[in-house]
Amino acid sequence: MADAIVQVHSVSKSYHRDSIEIPVLQNITLDVPEGEFLALMGPSGSGKTTLLNLIAGIDRPNSGSINVAGTNIVQLNESALARWRSRNVGFVFQFYNLMPVLTAFENVELPLLLTHLSKKERKEHVETALNVVGLADRIHHYPKQLSGGQEQRVAIARAVVTDPTIIVADEPTGDLDKKSADEILLLMERLNSEFKKTIVMVTHDPRAAERAHTTQHLEKGELIQ
Amino acid sequence: MKIPLAYNLRNLWTRRLTTLLTVGGIALVVFVFAAVLMLAHGVKATLVSTGSDNNVIILRKSAQSELVSAVSRESASLIETFPEIAADNTGKPIASANMVTIINLRKKKTNDMGNVTVRGVSPQILAVHPEVTMKTGRMLQFGSNEIVIGNAIADEFDGTAIGQKIQIGTSVWTIVGLFDAGKTGFASEIWGDTEQLMLAFNRPVYSSLTVKLKNPNDFEALKTKLAAEQRLQELEPKREKQYFEEQSEFMATFIRALGLVITIIFSFGAMIGAMITMYAAVSNRTVEIGTLRALGFRRRSVLAAFLVESLMLSFFGGVLGIIIASLLQFVTFSTTNFGSFSELAFGFSLTPDIVVGTLLFSLAMGFVGGFLPAFRAARLNIINALRAS
Ligand SMILES: Nc1ncnc2c1ncn2[C@@H]1O[C@H](COP(=O)(O)OP(=O)(O)OP(=O)(O)O)[C@@H](O)[C@H]1O
Ligand SMILES: [Mg+2]
Repeated sequence: MADAIVQVHSVSKSYHRDSIEIPVLQNITLDVPEGEFLALMGPSGSGKTTLLNLIAGIDRPNSGSINVAGTNIVQLNESALARWRSRNVGFVFQFYNLMPVLTAFENVELPLLLTHLSKKERKEHVETALNVVGLADRIHHYPKQLSGGQEQRVAIARAVVTDPTIIVADEPTGDLDKKSADEILLLMERLNSEFKKTIVMVTHDPRAAERAHTTQHLEKGELIQ
Repeated sequence: MKIPLAYNLRNLWTRRLTTLLTVGGIALVVFVFAAVLMLAHGVKATLVSTGSDNNVIILRKSAQSELVSAVSRESASLIETFPEIAADNTGKPIASANMVTIINLRKKKTNDMGNVTVRGVSPQILAVHPEVTMKTGRMLQFGSNEIVIGNAIADEFDGTAIGQKIQIGTSVWTIVGLFDAGKTGFASEIWGDTEQLMLAFNRPVYSSLTVKLKNPNDFEALKTKLAAEQRLQELEPKREKQYFEEQSEFMATFIRALGLVITIIFSFGAMIGAMITMYAAVSNRTVEIGTLRALGFRRRSVLAAFLVESLMLSFFGGVLGIIIASLLQFVTFSTTNFGSFSELAFGFSLTPDIVVGTLLFSLAMGFVGGFLPAFRAARLNIINALRAS
């Protein structure tokens, strides 16, 4: 078997609230092979978001190592990590996190502003991404003018437009009705099967987990088999 | 600067009421600041334009103004014989021996008493100051108790119409004309015959002597000559422009200093306003900031974005303030000139320097007011910012 694209090794994480240490993750080891569609499940407060944030490089573990596509991201300094994220990670959030003052096009273009692509190339990329999520006709709409499901599709376009190594999604259907949720899951599945994207998705929804290839369960900061 | 400007502009538009109030506050301060500079500049421009390049004014050494200067008849006659001095076509030197004093007249509008400069002049005065022309009536007749009134004060004071009589010194004078001295300091003066005025005030000496040079470059020659002449040791020549500029300096400096104090106090208000606005913007957009950082934007991009937003606010405020201030150019203002203690009419004038200086000042307010909020935005921790939803 080829080396996993995400290798989480003996990772522990705790937060401090005042002087009290709150352990969140204990000694987590997890491999995600390339092209995997992994669902992370577990009760509220079990540390799913924390683990996802560590993999995505927006948080740092107290100990252990995290390798993504050969880079030990724990060792990167802050600005190198920011640069690494812009190239390797696509984010999908529960509440979409679009910029309300930017159009669908501009929201999707945002991560491309961190690349060296020309305006013309950016336009092509953005249009392709919006096409993939089926929103080519909503290109100049503002988030307010879109439904929740459409907003999440714009967010997915923003996540894939840079062609990242992994896509991390934290409860991407958590704020959607059943129909929209199904559409989003179908889209995620397509990104995985058609475009070979590696996806790590946190979810509470068993139907969402069904769409994934594998499911891992977290409980009280530990992975259970 | 990776975060697009449209992001900032549209955010300003989205919260347009707050934006408008903040911009308004900055505009107010900028208006005051610009008005003060315009006023100081107006005073200076008025007084400096009072002088002419060709003219030299001769005063007693160390006399700060004509009011405290004295030039004897003998000295004046002697200087008028110098070859550097221009002559008219009859061969007479173009010079005016002046006697300057101040009288009190009642202001029409406020009914207060105001000081007016009375200048005794010689028959050659219109040749010395060709920019001065008669507007209505006629020029005074020398050797008589006739006076003419400057355009800036004709409407201001009681009893200054042609044909009316005014008590000056021990005599009564008849107004025979109104002269137009444009926007110079002369426009705020009353002119009469020096010799007659000296009688009325029982003065043995002139206040000053104004002469026209054949060539403006002859000034140094005249100065050297004056310094060498035993009988003229107590006198000193000055270029007329320079004399009036010095007269304006005290006033302009006073206006600037007073204005600066007011502006500084006001600007604290505006900066705190901008700061509050920007702090609110940062806290309303915490999740957006977290998202931008997650996408890979650096702390410094976030800092720059919020700083730019604050600078935009202050720029709009600056432009608005300057636009309002520019309307002041249509206003003429009259106040006491501390140099001569008499009324002086002048306008506000907007120069490119003032526009640039004022805009820089408003941007500085935006920078100072926006820095702490922008710094706070840049310092946010990604995880905490994203959890803020
Ligand atoms: N930044 C933080 N500071 C302090 N405590 C935190 C922080 N982030 C998470 N925690 C705590 O860590 C624990 C795990 O949080 P996490 O968000 O990873 O859980 P989760 O599994 O995603 O839960 P949910 O399903 O409710 O989203 C919780 O007890 C939470 O309160
Ligand atoms: Mg969570």
